[in-house]
Amino acid sequence: MLCRLMFIPQPWVRALALLRDASGLSRLPPAELDLALRLIRRARLLGRLAVAAERAGSLQQLPGNAIDQLSSARVVAGARVRSARWELDRLDRALVDLPDVPVVCLKGTAYMLAGTPNSAGRLFSDVDLLVPEEHLPAVEQRLRERSWIAKDLTAYDDLYYRRWTHELPPLSHDERGVEVDLHHSILMRTARLKPSSALMFAAAREVPGSRFKVLAPIDMVLHAIVHLFYGGEMDDALRELVDIDDLLRHFAATELGFWEQFWARAKALDLERPAFYALRYTRELLGTPVPDAVVLASMIGAPSAPVLALMDRLVPRALFPQHPDAPSRLTEWARLLLYVRSHWVKMPPLMLVRHLSYKFYVQRLKGPAEDAASAAA
Amino acid sequence: MTCAALTTVGAMTPAQFARGLHDGLGVRFGPFDMHLQLRMPGLADSLHALYRDYPVIDANRVFTCHLTMQRTRSLRPGRPAMVRVLVDGRPPHEDMLASHALAVLEWGLNLAIVMRHQGYLMLHSAVLERDGFALLLPASPGHGKTTLCTALAHRGWRLLSDEFGLLRPRTRLLLPVPRPMPLKNESIAVIRQFAPEAVIGPEIPGTRKGTVAHVRPPADAVKRATEGALARWLVFPRWVAGSPLQLEPIPQAQAFMELAMNAFNYELLGLDAFETVRGIVDQADCYRLRYSNLDEAIAAMSMLSQCSAA
Repeated sequence: MLCRLMFIPQPWVRALALLRDASGLSRLPPAELDLALRLIRRARLLGRLAVAAERAGSLQQLPGNAIDQLSSARVVAGARVRSARWELDRLDRALVDLPDVPVVCLKGTAYMLAGTPNSAGRLFSDVDLLVPEEHLPAVEQRLRERSWIAKDLTAYDDLYYRRWTHELPPLSHDERGVEVDLHHSILMRTARLKPSSALMFAAAREVPGSRFKVLAPIDMVLHAIVHLFYGGEMDDALRELVDIDDLLRHFAATELGFWEQFWARAKALDLERPAFYALRYTRELLGTPVPDAVVLASMIGAPSAPVLALMDRLVPRALFPQHPDAPSRLTEWARLLLYVRSHWVKMPPLMLVRHLSYKFYVQRLKGPAEDAASAAA
Repeated sequence: MTCAALTTVGAMTPAQFARGLHDGLGVRFGPFDMHLQLRMPGLADSLHALYRDYPVIDANRVFTCHLTMQRTRSLRPGRPAMVRVLVDGRPPHEDMLASHALAVLEWGLNLAIVMRHQGYLMLHSAVLERDGFALLLPASPGHGKTTLCTALAHRGWRLLSDEFGLLRPRTRLLLPVPRPMPLKNESIAVIRQFAPEAVIGPEIPGTRKGTVAHVRPPADAVKRATEGALARWLVFPRWVAGSPLQLEPIPQAQAFMELAMNAFNYELLGLDAFETVRGIVDQADCYRLRYSNLDEAIAAMSMLSQCSAA
């Protein structure tokens, strides 16, 4: 057993307890409930909490303002599910003459189709699809013929996506706002780790009544892990760790041989390092039950001791959204370092310098305002 | 919602209120409890007048949102002073001109209300009450909704809202959200002349919507902010220069489409939104109003309410 010495920001200790057991909501004094809701909203987990509170029967015992906010998050999550299902329906139609091309849903839509526990009340916006690279041009062409377009794309971005990344520039239909990301891999071309898409397609599972598939359980978890440790978007990091925790608990209980095959699969997909990190931090921060044998096996994915010591300081600090009234500089630095790291492991050094300086230049030029919807929602 | 209000804004001295806003102050706007922390010199005096009748509430509660506003430092000389809004620590939009702070605050509060109450149907509509029944005035921007609403609120109708027709799904009860009413451009002078007793905040030129000035909601409207009213009249108003008064009934199907299109969150609520709009249109008298003269429009609205009563 590892000692629980990892840093969890004080206000998050209570909020995490609520995410595990929503029945605690109605026992909180109003001011503490207020802070917990603000933190959980920031982590984009309010919809999930709303569903849990309703199931625990504690929703209606809360103050009116809390019920309103939780109900609102549920309505938004429900609407996102509707629009994602509609987008999949339209995509199905657009790809009707490519029946043999496997199209695998990733992340939010996959959780929705597979009905995993983390899908309840989960806020997501994009439709992420995985398509074999050789079929990508045909799929893109069908979508473009039917009015999916890449909006506001600079020449730099287009080139960057196509030459270096694992996806095409994001498309969205002219009449709808849903972003469709077409991937051919779960990691950038330039990344040092090389997870094989072919292995994942071979194991992908059918979804009854749908032309779309989902990744096999272990692959689904590994993709969530890659996204968290290689994505670089720290704003959603806690939610992604919660996804991983949910999926691990769920598949351990429902999939025969899940843990027995877990590490071998992580190895086969060249994802031992991120899998090591994920198991370490879900266990430490969210108490995910992982068999000792798997923990032991995962040590082979550990980095050198000084790197691990640094990650143990950075990850927990950067993972939790900031206190809205008292943001900490240290956390900002931790996030920046992890952002740079997420690129460092994805790109050769020179390319990284070029890309980050370009991004820095564009961001300074555009100013600090964030996307209106995501900020206030 | 259970704790009693401590006092009202007007019961505080301007200095107390200014200090409160600087340190953080809870203010109740109808069903919404807002925590405001405003570090903007000069703003407190205008707000003290506009928010006079609103309850001040303690901090031991769940707030609708925590909104802070502060000046931002600009690195480049010669740039105008800007103001940054943070809703629960995040900026909902980019920095705005500090000279527009009052309008920015009001829009910021409205935005937070919309973003966080998707469980309600929110019509983009003015709502007023007479004899226990609600008159809905849904309209697009620029059609004179706020002007007509302000005028009615000073002629015997109780203001519920100049902006939000707020209902719980599948009910017909409009919930009050009395807030300062932002008049734009020519309507400021029109209302000054029409209702000299109206308390109007400073004129703010050069905003996205031109010159804006806010009218304080009547005290009675704020005091009765927990009393809803059943939808009874649905009137789509449009101010047209030089037009004679026209008030004509419209078919329910048309009223349904227009009301649905005009809601902030019809698509988000889905079936609940459909049923709510249908319930309103089923039970309300539906009209289209064209007018150029406020007195005539107001007379038409009172006739409407009297005919229905008879």
